[in-house]
Amino acid sequence: MNNFTYLRATDVSSAVSLLAANSSQDAAARFLAGGTNLVDLMREGVEKTHALVDITRAPLSDVQELPHGGVRVGALVRNSHLAGHPLIRERYSLLSQAILNGASAQLRNMATTGGNIMQRTRCYYFYDTASRCNKRAAGSGCDAIEGFNRIHAILGTSPHCIATHPSDMCVALAALDAIVNVMGPSGERSLPFSEVHRLPGNDPQMDTNLQPGELITSVDLPASAARLSSVYRKVRDRASYAFALVSVAAAIKIDNGVIQEVRLALGGVAHKPWRATIAEQLLRGVAPTSENFVKAAAAELAPAIPRRGNAFKPELAKRTITSVLSELTAKEGAGQ
Amino acid sequence: MTTSVETQSLVLQINGSTRKLTIEPRVSLLDALRDHLHLSGTKKGCDQGACGACTVLVDGERINSCLALAIQYEGREILTIEGLTTFGKLHPLQEAFIDQDGFQCGYCTPGQICSAVGMLAEFGQGAPSALTKDGVANGELTEAEVRERMSGNLCRCGAYVGIREAIQHVYRRQIYGGQAR
Repeated sequence: MNNFTYLRATDVSSAVSLLAANSSQDAAARFLAGGTNLVDLMREGVEKTHALVDITRAPLSDVQELPHGGVRVGALVRNSHLAGHPLIRERYSLLSQAILNGASAQLRNMATTGGNIMQRTRCYYFYDTASRCNKRAAGSGCDAIEGFNRIHAILGTSPHCIATHPSDMCVALAALDAIVNVMGPSGERSLPFSEVHRLPGNDPQMDTNLQPGELITSVDLPASAARLSSVYRKVRDRASYAFALVSVAAAIKIDNGVIQEVRLALGGVAHKPWRATIAEQLLRGVAPTSENFVKAAAAELAPAIPRRGNAFKPELAKRTITSVLSELTAKEGAGQ
Repeated sequence: MTTSVETQSLVLQINGSTRKLTIEPRVSLLDALRDHLHLSGTKKGCDQGACGACTVLVDGERINSCLALAIQYEGREILTIEGLTTFGKLHPLQEAFIDQDGFQCGYCTPGQICSAVGMLAEFGQGAPSALTKDGVANGELTEAEVRERMSGNLCRCGAYVGIREAIQHVYRRQIYGGQAR
């Protein structure tokens, strides 16, 4: 790991100004929170910043109710605390389930809400500084496309990058229509969760739409997404402590034998948490039958571009979607 | 390697005592413990957060010390395997690991034991795991729960059966009486 200057900020505005004061056009300082991803990337030589601004002492560790029934999660709430928080377990169990399916207990004790969103891909070629990677070194090429690509993306890829976003938490946040609040040198703004992460396109070096120097301060969970019947299912190469090959976050509301509301998001398949809008559109207003589930899943995965190592993924994704929706339908039926 | 950055003095609270050290900000908590404070009970396995050998407790919660910068942990209560023994008496989990054959080579053991201390506390406080059903309180600490909750600690010798039994042994003593903490 290269050496760096360590700076400490105890509130949001000084964190933002400290980062700006220590960054230039070609040398950006970085915010440091739980460190589980950033410290690792620095040790591997993937990330080589000259200055870290430690924000862990800023007052962003609260989970609080919003006036109209939603919940605001501070950016420094640690993953274990969020998953176990009574408000989250009661109103947004999808989020709790997703978090508990990610990483290990030790990592969840360190990792924060903001850091989880900002974590980078675990593509082997991104991590290996001897490989070509357009995300790590723009324009150098992509060794994953013809390489070992079992864990890579099948939806929304580009000829320049097939990396996935590795988070479980973010798949639930996508399904819940969360709002991400940020503070930057030019003030505060809010982004719908679907607009936080990017598809690779021609600029895979950019993971998110955050501007340089912007800091995530909180995440809002809307009241409209509270208390939905939901399931998070993760398919992976071992039973615990592994990244998703495919994961599905689903929530559904059935009335009089018709799907009134459905939210569906996929993990492990794209450069961003993938909101399955095509499938959702086909499912809204129809009967919750397995034929309809199969049809919706097939339509969502129709544009998939599988590679040699992940040719199984479109079928795995379709079957997992169908299975999760069937489980939810049975759960809804049992509850009525 | 650039060394333009000065070393910094910091104070850590480790196993109940105040330790001063002067290190570069890039030194991990793991390296600070082992190389600077000679507390070599905490082990370096993968150095990338994948194996759990470096697990220590901070304010009672288990973390991977390899992914922690020491300088970030000023003012926190750090507990390592060396701090679990009180007045020469082994911690109940240490005893149970011996009694139940919870190790072979022993390299992962300090991490396993610190992790188990944190896990039993979490379980006791009602923290859920991926196996916990919606809104349901923790029931028994089953075999499946131990496996899930301890999945961040790998054992290359494969002593998992003994590790699990040692943990359940201490859990049962906590629940059904006995002197275990």
